[in-house]
Amino acid sequence: MTQVAATPLADLRADFPILERVESGHPLVYLDSASSSQKPRQVIEAMDSYYRHSHANVHRGTYELAREATELYEGARERIAAFAGWETATTIFTRNVTEAINLVAYAWGREHVGEGDEVLITEMEHHSNIVPWQLLCAERGARLRYLGVCPEDGTLSLDELDAVLAEGRVKLVSVAHISNVLGTINPVEQIVERAHAANALVLVDGAQAVPQMPVDAAAIDADFYAWTGHKALGPTGIGVLHGRRETLEAMRPFLGGGSMIARVERDFSTWAELPLKFEAGTSPIAEAVGLGVAIDYLAEIGMERVRAHELELTAYALERLPEVEGITLFGPPDPDGRGGVVSFALEGMHPHDISELCGREGVCIRAGHHCAQPLMRCLGVAATARASFSVYNAREDVDRLLDALTKARKVFEL
Amino acid sequence: MSDALYRDYILDHYKEPRNFGELEPHDLEHHDHNPLCGDDLGVHIRVEDGRVADLRFHGQGCAISQAAASIASDELIGMPVEEVGRLDADWVIDLLGIDISPTRRKCALLSLKVMRGATTGDASWPE
Repeated sequence: MTQVAATPLADLRADFPILERVESGHPLVYLDSASSSQKPRQVIEAMDSYYRHSHANVHRGTYELAREATELYEGARERIAAFAGWETATTIFTRNVTEAINLVAYAWGREHVGEGDEVLITEMEHHSNIVPWQLLCAERGARLRYLGVCPEDGTLSLDELDAVLAEGRVKLVSVAHISNVLGTINPVEQIVERAHAANALVLVDGAQAVPQMPVDAAAIDADFYAWTGHKALGPTGIGVLHGRRETLEAMRPFLGGGSMIARVERDFSTWAELPLKFEAGTSPIAEAVGLGVAIDYLAEIGMERVRAHELELTAYALERLPEVEGITLFGPPDPDGRGGVVSFALEGMHPHDISELCGREGVCIRAGHHCAQPLMRCLGVAATARASFSVYNAREDVDRLLDALTKARKVFEL
Repeated sequence: MSDALYRDYILDHYKEPRNFGELEPHDLEHHDHNPLCGDDLGVHIRVEDGRVADLRFHGQGCAISQAAASIASDELIGMPVEEVGRLDADWVIDLLGIDISPTRRKCALLSLKVMRGATTGDASWPE
């Protein structure tokens, strides 16, 4: 591995083969990591090596190869759990955050949310933290409620949370740790404390947080904490759900099938111990191996340094972007209160056209509703453009974005 | 130098769309959106003697979707309603007169989708 500990983060670019790509005649500037990050060669090589030398199904065979695959898979789980400050046995592999939240909605929600109960989410949630609760509430006759987002600074109100909790009907609060649109870092510790005092459980969607700041899930003390591999320098197809042991043990399974059973009789079955109870079917083994190496890579950099780097780039973007005429920035004005994502609008240009024209300059930004349509309505827009950062970005990438935006405005004769 | 996609007439239609707004009273209407970007577009149509006597689009979207609606609107006024239902994707793409990449195809087709939804009830994406 590259000696990352002594390297300025942006110099890690060389570890990411895709960044050598030339896009429309320009070196690639990838500013869409909040959607999916790129992968260092260490991750790619580990997965390649796994398939070349170590693949067999896990938890089954007694031959050496199967033992080796199982050790790689379970070894990755141990490191992934420790990385997020959680216990190994209650760290469950899912396909992604979406599946993790659906798991909770199905296996916990159906047993604990009934008629007249409430599930509380916020207006800044990703669709993956909205739709599973809509389905659950419709099925159970429960009510889905939203905490408002302050349109000026993109924050939640803890007073509003207290007021809703005080009504006594909330069974679960489900909230993003960091908004994928606004970048807002939500006070999840305080939310958990208040929800628990009101006998409600809490799920935290850490999809944006885990890749860019130190996360100690045990200190946050949520009942469920979910995140995904592909935004954290790892592969697609693997997500993580950390759950509280007694809650997971009391839950019914999610998907039924192989791996998740202790014994199958003709008319009933008994369940495997955690975490396998929630891992039906053949596991994403290579993906776990890849994610294990991705978090090793992040851990070697040090998440404090990753956070400092994200903060520097975000502060720089917030400082420079207002130079572009007609720009509106969304989210908290203070970079300390936000993660490495900056959403914006340009007067007279639709976000799709902005991203199309930036793409021609080799600058990849996202445009659209970012799977957060209720939030778009709060902001009074149909879509935004969004730039987001990872370890391989540098201030020069922000400069390139500015140049691309200036050029785009010229094309539109603005 | 004019841009290959954002040609002068595309930008002109985007900035000053023709036949945009509401039409009251109207006989047919439909509202739809592009699920990829959340853009939305609606149409009001007045029908006389089986023809589109007048129409207004409304909503918001990118330059391609807005220009497509604007350019198409002039062609659609006067057209037999039955014929609108038979228009295909190439019709609107030819009218736009620019190369449309797969990622922008739905932007170009949204206005036709909405028109067909209003006139035939079939709101599927035009082929």
